[in-house]
Amino acid sequence: MELIWLIPVLPGIGAALNGIFGVRYFGKQTAATIACGAMGGALLLSLYAFVQLLGLEHREHLVELAQWIPPIALETASGIGAFEVPWAFRLDPLSGMMSLVVTGIGFLIHVYSVAYMDHEPRGGYVRFFCYLNLFCFFMLTLVLGSTFLVMFVGWEGVGLSSYLLIGFWYHKKSAADAGKKAFVVNRIGDFGFILGIFLVFFTFGTLDFRAVAEAAALMPVEEGAFGVISLICLLLFVGAVGKSAQIPLYVWLPDAMEGPTPVSALIHAATMVTAGVYMVARNAVLFTHAPEVMFIVAVIGVLTALMAATIGLVQTDIKRVLAYSTVSQLGYMFLATGVGAFAAGAFHLMTHAFFKALLFLGSGSVIHAMNEEQDMRRMGAMRLYMPVTFMTMGIGTLAIAGIPPFSGFFSKDEILYRTFLESRWLWALAAVTAGMTAFYMARLMFMTFWGEYRGPAWDAGHGGAQHEAHGDGDAAGDGDAHGHAWHGPHESPKIMTLPLQILAIGAIVAGFVGVPSALGGANWIHGFLEPSFVAGAAHAAEEEHHYAIEWGLMALSVLVAAGAIAFAWRLYVQRPEESERLASDFAGAHRVLTNKYYVDELYDATAVKGTMGSARGLWTVDRNVVDGAVNGTGWTTRASAWVSHVVDKYVVDGLVNLVGRICAEGSYRFRHAQTGLIQNYAVAALFGVFAFVTLYIAARYFGQ
Amino acid sequence: MEITPAHYTVLSAALFSIGVIGVLVRRNVIIIFMAIELMLNAVNINLVAHARYLENLAGQVFVVFVIAVAAAEAAVGLGILLAFFRNKETVNIDEMNIMRW
Amino acid sequence: MAEAIAFYTLAVLILGLGVAVITTPKTVHSVVFLVLNFLCVAVLYVVLRAEFLAVIQVLVYAGGIVVLYLFVVMLVNLKRAPEAHEDPRRLARLGLALSGAVLLELAGIVVYSYGRVTPASAPAAAGPLTGAGNTEELGWLLYTDYLIPFEVASVLLLVAMVGAIVLARRES
Repeated sequence: MELIWLIPVLPGIGAALNGIFGVRYFGKQTAATIACGAMGGALLLSLYAFVQLLGLEHREHLVELAQWIPPIALETASGIGAFEVPWAFRLDPLSGMMSLVVTGIGFLIHVYSVAYMDHEPRGGYVRFFCYLNLFCFFMLTLVLGSTFLVMFVGWEGVGLSSYLLIGFWYHKKSAADAGKKAFVVNRIGDFGFILGIFLVFFTFGTLDFRAVAEAAALMPVEEGAFGVISLICLLLFVGAVGKSAQIPLYVWLPDAMEGPTPVSALIHAATMVTAGVYMVARNAVLFTHAPEVMFIVAVIGVLTALMAATIGLVQTDIKRVLAYSTVSQLGYMFLATGVGAFAAGAFHLMTHAFFKALLFLGSGSVIHAMNEEQDMRRMGAMRLYMPVTFMTMGIGTLAIAGIPPFSGFFSKDEILYRTFLESRWLWALAAVTAGMTAFYMARLMFMTFWGEYRGPAWDAGHGGAQHEAHGDGDAAGDGDAHGHAWHGPHESPKIMTLPLQILAIGAIVAGFVGVPSALGGANWIHGFLEPSFVAGAAHAAEEEHHYAIEWGLMALSVLVAAGAIAFAWRLYVQRPEESERLASDFAGAHRVLTNKYYVDELYDATAVKGTMGSARGLWTVDRNVVDGAVNGTGWTTRASAWVSHVVDKYVVDGLVNLVGRICAEGSYRFRHAQTGLIQNYAVAALFGVFAFVTLYIAARYFGQ
Repeated sequence: MEITPAHYTVLSAALFSIGVIGVLVRRNVIIIFMAIELMLNAVNINLVAHARYLENLAGQVFVVFVIAVAAAEAAVGLGILLAFFRNKETVNIDEMNIMRW
Repeated sequence: MAEAIAFYTLAVLILGLGVAVITTPKTVHSVVFLVLNFLCVAVLYVVLRAEFLAVIQVLVYAGGIVVLYLFVVMLVNLKRAPEAHEDPRRLARLGLALSGAVLLELAGIVVYSYGRVTPASAPAAAGPLTGAGNTEELGWLLYTDYLIPFEVASVLLLVAMVGAIVLARRES
């Protein structure tokens, strides 16, 4: 237990090894072994720690590793406080669950990547694993950090890793641009986050989560008011919005799909993007003291969920559908936290991590099989070629659609139920979203795995066999332009399908830790996580259960989901032409959705153009005014130098020359006195004698 | 009509002035040398006269030295003159200006 | 009275011969007048009771130096008149005027001050001049009190002799 600091450090060591030595010396095998080994170690440690945690009375364990920032006297709201930050890690139910998710799914994705990234050249391969390990290091720091600042280190670190991994194929302009976009958009959120941290310190005089929670618990709930805690929560939520891709800062996440698929699965679905939710849940006490902000969180969450789901309805890129789905599900999580159901949000976070990672890895498997083809319109009938992928993705789809008894059902219905108790119209929006989710996921499945094969032909050596079930012919064929011969869609290797299978099992069973009492369960996870959301040992009052309502809602949401799936079946399997007719009937709406509500264009027109415009304006100012001033200074200097030069040349030099000229002229004149006639000199001497004698006489004469 | 040292002094001054005039006016270097000899004699007359009237033989001793210097001067001066003449074929002092500027 | 006659006669001769020396156009004549002038000065020395100096004057000046001049005059074989070229810048007239002025001033001073100023110093203790026997006393003085100047003078003469020889020697 004292070794929980090793959980983040192990991947850190892996990243350092691969980063410092690996790129130059390690082979693919070594690098993959190191990376997976580090993650495996972290996973085992997490498991061990988690089991230990279960046996702890306080359900909390704090490890202070070292002093980071020694005490500095800083002003706070209540006098001078000591700003002191240790490198401390806290293991409590929430962070324990998170670290299990991160290490578990992270480990599986590492394993998956071993095969998925095999086409990469050695250097890129090692680099990939280095980044991946680096990400896990920072993510675990974020999760386990016991203070805002340690969390912020992880927060920024995952942002960096995300940037590096989105732009992993940096020679591709779209990937590099997507990385930049993610980084820049995240900065906006981080700005709010760090302001929130400042305000936290100023208000409470400490940055420790537990201390802040306990201090906040003593303050009144800001009902109907907007006090300092509300401001803190709002700022923190701005950070969460950026990291978790909520309105209005969600635009980076779909573009982040430019990164390799394992990255999308790990960072942009399962872990990093949930950091915002995690952070809000981590500060549950603060947020419960700011109901106004909670409401904002809920509204933003549900709106994001709805909007992303509508966009997801019409996207054709398989990864983009999943990306918008992720945004949507994150919206769900915020909705949960917004209505005070932190446990439900965290629960959904966990289940979502399983099935969304599963879906992404499945889609990666499909993309791999289709030789980097991502457009669903060029797929179809894939279930015939890759049954394992099909099965596992099917499970994932059912999970996300909310079909019992898969995990998504439990977590989503918990959220819906809690939302229903809080606000009817929020629930209505969430329910509609749930239906859409089921629809677009079913659409994804049907377009990809059913229907006819619409992808490119391949040279399999036995012509006309494209539509045969055993299409992954082993016959030689190298008509492919992509470096390695493509023999048509084929099932992925074991090392890729194994994580899929494990995740599928996870997607099935993860929900069982949170079976609601309405269904006879204990809702264990709810009770387990509760200590993380309250200050001290205080327990939330037992809430009353409306089993009837809960049952009704469950039935309704299952119905909606099933109906949506059936609708999708009808549109995309039975009568594909009908979907096109529908698209042309609602051409306007379809176009708006296809273009993602033109938000990117809006941002481009406002923020980007504005920034560019102001930059251009500043550039103009710089060029004309600043440069003008500089050039003016230069010109003035030149001019004054010229004046000085003239003065120097004609006045100073003139004086010098004048003196010289006077000397020369004078000597020229006086030279003539030097006649060279010795007698003239004698005359001069004689004149001296004469003058002397005359003076003598005069002196004698006048002296008397 | 007593002859006083003043008479000798005036005579000496007059002879000296004649020498000076000779030095300043004549252009023949030999004559200029002779004018210098006249000036030396004027000085000698003065010295001897005052030695006589002051009853002090130091004056006469100095006359001996003056004569010695005069002899030396004449010897060296005339030697220079001869050397010069060999080069320039002239004894005109106005042409002896090669050392000016 | 006899001294006055002698003085004035000699003064007239000396000054007249001096003027003659610096005015005669011929150099040889000038040398001749110079000899006569020196002889007159020698006579004046006799009048002034300086017989030894008179002899020296005749021997060294008239007999030595002037002969030297004569030799030079003969050695200098002029192809053109010695004073043919006259530099326009020479200040001969100014020199003449200044010389005259200085002479007048000196004479004025002498004439004016004579008899009014009592000699500050009494006649030296060298003893009275005793007739014609002053050669002996002069010899005493030269070889006792003035021995070092005497020797310096002899060195000077030696240097002059060497210098004259070096200068006059024809370069081969």
